Amino acid sequence: MKEQPNLSYINQLSGGDKEFETKLISIVKKELPEEIYTYNLNLKNKNFELAADNVHKLKHKISILGLELCYQLAIDYEDDLREQNLSRKNEFENVLQAMINFIEELK
Amino acid sequence: MNCIIIDDEEMARAIIEQFASQNKNLKLDAQFEDAIQAIKYLNQHHVDLIFLDIHMPTFSGFDLIQTLKDPPKIILTTSDRNFAIEAFEYECIVDYLVKPISKDRFDKAVNKAIAFQVPNNETSSASNNESKEDSENDLYVNIDRRLIKIDIPSIYLIEAKGDYILIKTSGQNYTVHSTLKKIEDKLPNDNFLKIHRSYIINIKKIIDIEDNSVLIEKDVIPVSRSNRPELMKRLNLL
Repeated sequence: MKEQPNLSYINQLSGGDKEFETKLISIVKKELPEEIYTYNLNLKNKNFELAADNVHKLKHKISILGLELCYQLAIDYEDDLREQNLSRKNEFENVLQAMINFIEELK
Repeated sequence: MNCIIIDDEEMARAIIEQFASQNKNLKLDAQFEDAIQAIKYLNQHHVDLIFLDIHMPTFSGFDLIQTLKDPPKIILTTSDRNFAIEAFEYECIVDYLVKPISKDRFDKAVNKAIAFQVPNNETSSASNNESKEDSENDLYVNIDRRLIKIDIPSIYLIEAKGDYILIKTSGQNYTVHSTLKKIEDKLPNDNFLKIHRSYIINIKKIIDIEDNSVLIEKDVIPVSRSNRPELMKRLNLL
C-alpha cells in the first residue's frame, strides 16, 4: 500500500499538548511550500548542489509527516542530485505533492 | 545548563525548544536561525550547551565550531545518518541527534553533556593540570568508527593523501579521514612543522637534511622553498 502523510509523529511529540500540535502544523504549512519553491527554483536553474541541499532540508519534513519509506527515497535522490542524476525526480516530486495536498486539508 | 539552539529550520527549533522546556536540567536562553547571529551572541554571553544544526546556508555548523576559540559543549542535530566520523574530530561535540528527534534520545544526549561537565567541576586544579598534560600528548583519531589514541611525540611524519592523511609513528602507521590543516592545529608548534604542502614532520626526529630534502626515520621528504627558512630557523645550527 502506498505510504500516506500522517500526523503520528506530531501527535507523539505533542503528547496531547494541542497548542504545541497547532504550532507544529502551522510551521509545516509555512515552511514546506517555501522549501519546495526554493528546491524548484534551484532545479530550474540547474543548481544541482543547492537543490540537493533543499532535498536534505525537506527530508526532515518528510519524516515529520510520517513518511518513513519516502525518507529513504529522499536520501537517494539527494545523492543523485549531487551527481546531476534526475532519475528519481518524478517519484520524489509526487511525494512532495502528496505532502502539500495533505497539509492543505489540515485546519 | 543554559543552552541555545542554532538551526535555520523553524520546525527543528520548535521541537528542540519543546524538549528543552520539559528537561529540568536545561534553561533555553536563545535561539538563532543562522550561525552569524549566534557567534555575536556567543561573544557576549556564557553558554554551557549548543544544539547545533550542521546544514545551514552560507555558514555550516562545523564552520561555526571552527570559529569559536573555546567552544561550549555541543550536541549536533542533523538529517544525516552517516556523518559520525566528522563529529569525532571535535572534542566539544558530546553527541549528535538525527532528525526527527525523539524525546528519549534528546534526554540521553543532554545527560551526556551533563556527564561531560561534572568532572571539570569536581576535580582539583592539580589533577586538572596533570590530566591536561597527559591529554596534551594524546591524539584520538577515528578509524572504522573506533577512536584510537596516538602518542603525539611518537609521530614523526604526517602525509596528505587526498581526503586522507597518513600518520606515521615509530611503531605503526594510521590512515585517517582528515586534512593536514586540521591535524596541524592539534599538534604542538614547537615540535611539528609543515615543510611541504603535503608533509608535516616532527623536527625532533630528523636524521639529516640535504639540499631540499629531509631524512626522517627511513623516509626522505621534500622541503618546499617557501618552508625551508622556517625549518632552518628551528634547527640548533652550529
